[in-house]
Amino acid sequence: MADILDILLTAGFWAAAVRIMSPLIFGTLGELICERAGVLNLGIEGIMTVGAMSGWMWVYQGGGLWDGVIFAACMGALFGLVHAAFTVHLGLSQHVTGIGITLVASSLSYFVYRMLLPEATTPPKIEPFEALPIPILSDLPIVGEALFSQSPLTYLAFATVPTVGYVLFRTPLGLAVRMAGENPVAVEAQGLNVLAIRTGAVMVGSALMAIGGAFITMSWFDAFYFNMINGRGWICVALVIFASWRPGKALLGALIFAGLEALQVRAQQSAGAVIPYQFFLMLPYLLSILAMIVMARRAQYPKALLVPFRRGDRV
Amino acid sequence: MRIEPRETVSWLGASLAPIAAVAAALLLCSVLILWTGTSVFQAYGLLLRGAFGSAFALNETLTRSIPLILTGLAVAVAFRAKFYNIGGEGQLYAGALAATYFGTGLITLPPALMIPLLLIAGALAGGALLIVPVLLKTRLNVDEVVTTLLLNFVMILLVGYLIEGPWKDPMALGWPQAASIIDEGVLPPLLAKGRLHAGLIIALVAALVVWVLMRMTALGFEIRAVGHNAEAAAFAGIPVGRTIVVTALISGGLAGMAGVSEVAGLKGYLTLDLSPGFGYTGIAVAMLAQLHPLAVVPSAIFLSAMFVGADAMSRAVNIPTYLADVMVGVSVLAMLVTAMLTQYRIRWRG
Repeated sequence: MADILDILLTAGFWAAAVRIMSPLIFGTLGELICERAGVLNLGIEGIMTVGAMSGWMWVYQGGGLWDGVIFAACMGALFGLVHAAFTVHLGLSQHVTGIGITLVASSLSYFVYRMLLPEATTPPKIEPFEALPIPILSDLPIVGEALFSQSPLTYLAFATVPTVGYVLFRTPLGLAVRMAGENPVAVEAQGLNVLAIRTGAVMVGSALMAIGGAFITMSWFDAFYFNMINGRGWICVALVIFASWRPGKALLGALIFAGLEALQVRAQQSAGAVIPYQFFLMLPYLLSILAMIVMARRAQYPKALLVPFRRGDRV
Repeated sequence: MRIEPRETVSWLGASLAPIAAVAAALLLCSVLILWTGTSVFQAYGLLLRGAFGSAFALNETLTRSIPLILTGLAVAVAFRAKFYNIGGEGQLYAGALAATYFGTGLITLPPALMIPLLLIAGALAGGALLIVPVLLKTRLNVDEVVTTLLLNFVMILLVGYLIEGPWKDPMALGWPQAASIIDEGVLPPLLAKGRLHAGLIIALVAALVVWVLMRMTALGFEIRAVGHNAEAAAFAGIPVGRTIVVTALISGGLAGMAGVSEVAGLKGYLTLDLSPGFGYTGIAVAMLAQLHPLAVVPSAIFLSAMFVGADAMSRAVNIPTYLADVMVGVSVLAMLVTAMLTQYRIRWRG
């Protein structure tokens, strides 16, 4: 116990937790936007893989870092468009479409990676985002290292939370998106195009997911590995439920998960001999399930989640 | 654009749907082949020959189809009740764990008892893994897709722990693998040459049993009714929650048997590379079969041929094997569309 307290008091732990939570923030917010508009996007795992591969590959081929992030976001939006074409416009099963998108997106990422780098046995590296210490603030004890000496993409992740919250809850556009997820017939009655709103939401959400993937290869690590997303997308889906579809709570959820992961890396080093490392690695998945159980009774699903909308339908 | 339901679903349309979906997938993937610089006909020719071109190839294709038939059935049963079990991979490993636990010397029985015992143990283990997700769904309305998916990762880590730790075979020269299944528990080979084993018979019988169950029993009717319209089923007096739980147990059991068959039939011992995603490919198998238990068999053989053929193709020409995975994913998406076209028509005007 004392060991754990020692770890919790180091700035290095908090810096790691904040780094680890960044892709979870992007992924969870992306999924949250889709679900608020009434579309469950299970393509997230594959879309994060696409983002991780395409952003990294852009830089590896000589592109700029920020251009790579934008490229990854565009690729994510493209897969989001496919998802929306199937689930929103054709009204097909959101579950099966999402799984299909994940299968296609991740295997296509691996295919493209192998095509462009056929002989790479050890994954080649890029020059990733460097930490950007914020003047004055980064000199604060603990908080300075944990929050204000991070990569610019982490700052972007934190900035995205209030932005998404503001747009969803304080603007007419956000109201339309949430209405599309609660009562699409009412949206239609207002003369708004439900299909267009949902398509846009899924594309923006997917772009955010892809940026989350890109963070992993372009800021956290500097190379692309196979299976490197490793269920993070599914954890984000669980986090959305944990967060009751609210951006602020998503931030809290991501922090708990990232803290746990950062803790297990450090606890492994001290307790590794006693508890096998596999049990530490299981924790995030088990905790996700636990989080869903705890929140299930209070969960207020968007009412039209999973329900396709066809123009002219009456309730 | 308007989407209208058709009055009748033609039998011809329904049977053409998977063919059209596969054709679309092959067509889309030929773009990737063109990128590699190989001619499309040569590549698909190599793929076909690699899957069916020789006795050895055919043997491999059938061997690889065994776990796919079982995981495909698992998905077909579950999806019929609209219970989206994506945890086939984890349930397969649960079955493999059970087979390893009972089959490596804990008990010794004659093969006629030993093999059924391992199958039952594996099926129970696979089903048991679904108890938490299905109760969460029926009691708390927690989406089963996420819980079953997350359990896949947990199971793979558990297997990793066991074969690197307490179950590690000291005779395996340091490789992380469990002890071998005793001779009485090994599924016998079907042919003198090749790896094809009695798991194929088990899988075919399973397909037949599931078909009879779905088609001719009250339970099968209830499962389909719950999948079609849970509310109406509840009005008709069908216990919806209980039906979903039973469906889940059957589904998990089938996937668990796939794990037994791989451990006791193909490998002989448990490793971490036991399944290259058979649980996930099972979704594609079931979709192409339109969730029909008997159609799962040709569908599994077809997808198995894609993987076996793609391996041969990538050895011959410079095309990454991931092409097969892309094709599987694209066929799932294409199948959604073609199946829809059999039930709905699209009016571009009006």
